[in-house]
Amino acid sequence: MSSDQRVPIEGPTRVSPAAILRLDDFTLRFRGQTVATVNGISLSVSAGEILCVVGESGCGKSVTAMSIMGLLPKGASDVLSGDLSFMGKSYDLRRENLPSHLRGNQIAMIFQEPMTSLNPAFSVGDQIAESVLQHQGGTRAEALRRARDLLVKVGISAPDQRLKEFPYQLSGGMRQRVMIAIALANDPKLLIADEPTTALDVTIQAQILNLIDDLRRDTGMGTMMITHDLGVVAEIADSVAVMYGGEVVEYGPVREIFANPQHPYTIGLMSAMPRLDRPGGRLAIVPGSVPAIENMPSGCRFRTRCAFANETCTERPLPMAAGSGHRVACHFAPLEEHVMVQA
Amino acid sequence: MFLFLTRRLLIAVPTILLISIFVFALQKLLPGDPLLVLAGEERDPQVLELLREKYRLNDPLVVQYFTWVTNALQGDLGISLRTNQPVSELILQKLPVTLQLAAMSMLFALTIGVPAGILSAYKKGSLTDYIANVIALSGLSIPNFWLGIMLILLVSVKWQLLPASGYVPLSEDFGQSLRTMLMPSFVLGTALAATMMRHTRSAMLSVLSADYVHTARAKGLRERRVVLKHAFRNALTPIVTLTALLFGELVAGAVLTEQIFTIPGFGKLVVDAVFNRDYAVVQGIVLVTAVGFIFMNLLADAMYFILNPRLRGL
Repeated sequence: MSSDQRVPIEGPTRVSPAAILRLDDFTLRFRGQTVATVNGISLSVSAGEILCVVGESGCGKSVTAMSIMGLLPKGASDVLSGDLSFMGKSYDLRRENLPSHLRGNQIAMIFQEPMTSLNPAFSVGDQIAESVLQHQGGTRAEALRRARDLLVKVGISAPDQRLKEFPYQLSGGMRQRVMIAIALANDPKLLIADEPTTALDVTIQAQILNLIDDLRRDTGMGTMMITHDLGVVAEIADSVAVMYGGEVVEYGPVREIFANPQHPYTIGLMSAMPRLDRPGGRLAIVPGSVPAIENMPSGCRFRTRCAFANETCTERPLPMAAGSGHRVACHFAPLEEHVMVQA
Repeated sequence: MFLFLTRRLLIAVPTILLISIFVFALQKLLPGDPLLVLAGEERDPQVLELLREKYRLNDPLVVQYFTWVTNALQGDLGISLRTNQPVSELILQKLPVTLQLAAMSMLFALTIGVPAGILSAYKKGSLTDYIANVIALSGLSIPNFWLGIMLILLVSVKWQLLPASGYVPLSEDFGQSLRTMLMPSFVLGTALAATMMRHTRSAMLSVLSADYVHTARAKGLRERRVVLKHAFRNALTPIVTLTALLFGELVAGAVLTEQIFTIPGFGKLVVDAVFNRDYAVVQGIVLVTAVGFIFMNLLADAMYFILNPRLRGL
């Protein structure tokens, strides 16, 4: 493969007619800062698809999710560019947010901390029913019946009793199930899950992941899952967006990313993952740490930590196609070829 | 719930006992002999001895204490050395006046302080927040007596809208009673509103950034509902605590305001009693106030119970 075949591409490559959510060239800068925290992100989620967004903490994953939901506090940040299209309708994020009637209705979100995400003062039934009443109306009794069905759907036993209970009476895994029930209240087309299993025990993690996996199969909802755990990605993702320093550095189908990672950061992440099939030796690590946003280097944001970086990296790499539905933002992609040439 | 409240009640018993000992000891420790006031200019030793016998002041202290406590438990707080009226009667006369003043002041404090606190927390760092804080600080800094006098001058003397002073019992003329109490309770209430506002603000600030507030927003609820239902409900505990404490303070500490508006309340009774060394009255008032304070806190405990589902499991 010669470098002539590398064609710059724009936007997500996997846009199918079934795309539920599409985010194009989203750039956001917090007030008082000179560097954009999120820089030109594009991604898409189709019906029934699970997109995992991976990256270290502070790489802009959650900010992106909150922006899609329209939940970032007003006046703290400016959107410099970005188009959001949801269910065929487009919104220019510089001027508008997703309409609030879609929030908690067509797009739902669950959070990292199930222990604190439910309101301690209200019963489980109240909190689920509230979401039903907000978007579907009807009577409280109807909403509570729906809440009961939802509890059954997310695998909670003794739903009648649980409806009356308060969050402190539930375990972490149980609370996350309740959060999912709230999210499902209005049959959303898209679920945004911000590290939904990070705070849970490993066995409970697997249960919650399985639940999300089952639900997208049953309901056909798309899921955007934020995580920093490649184990979660391997288990559940259809496609992966690897983020570093507020940019998507690599994007593609999960098999492709795991089998043929192209970005040095992705490779670093993979080799930092403990493996049972290759025991012994120390885990490889990505050297250094993510610079503070104000100290982000120009050009490729990863270059200060990259083993391959040279002067070309002071220019911002454009996303290049690196296989079917696979794109990577690195001057050296495809890596094998370039590294061999260098060597 | 029953267990929880019983436990609280049981804690209240030794508290009241301790207060009674303290009140009793205070009278013995304070300088000045009330009998000297009573005995008049001559201070005839024979008269003094007679009085000592009459008020059983020659008994051992322990006996005196027990006599006092036993009587107090039966509602007999002794007799005023000055007016010869039973202390309990004096207190029952003045208490409703002060309670009405305290309740109306509290109403002002809550209706001004709580919404202002919510608003300034929600708009933290904005002009609204800044203005609310400036007003609150002025509320805390302006002395009650000055505000009281200014209000009398302006509202009563110049505009002649409200009576300048006096007291009309609620049972006598409901409207007039409220009118006479309006200014004094406003004066007391605004000062407390400032405290209330600051506490509400800090309580709201801590809950507004809670995860469940994000959840409420993610449900697509309106901001009004997010703030007033999901956040405010969890900020109520410190507000209830403060209300109970401030109410107790109002009952005991409205002296200056009662003086300015010549309201025949508790505060005036205390001051007169102290100056006249009418110790039976002082003791009675302190005891009743202390018990009232404890009662208010019990009420607050019961409120926590309603507010915090976790307590219901105990």
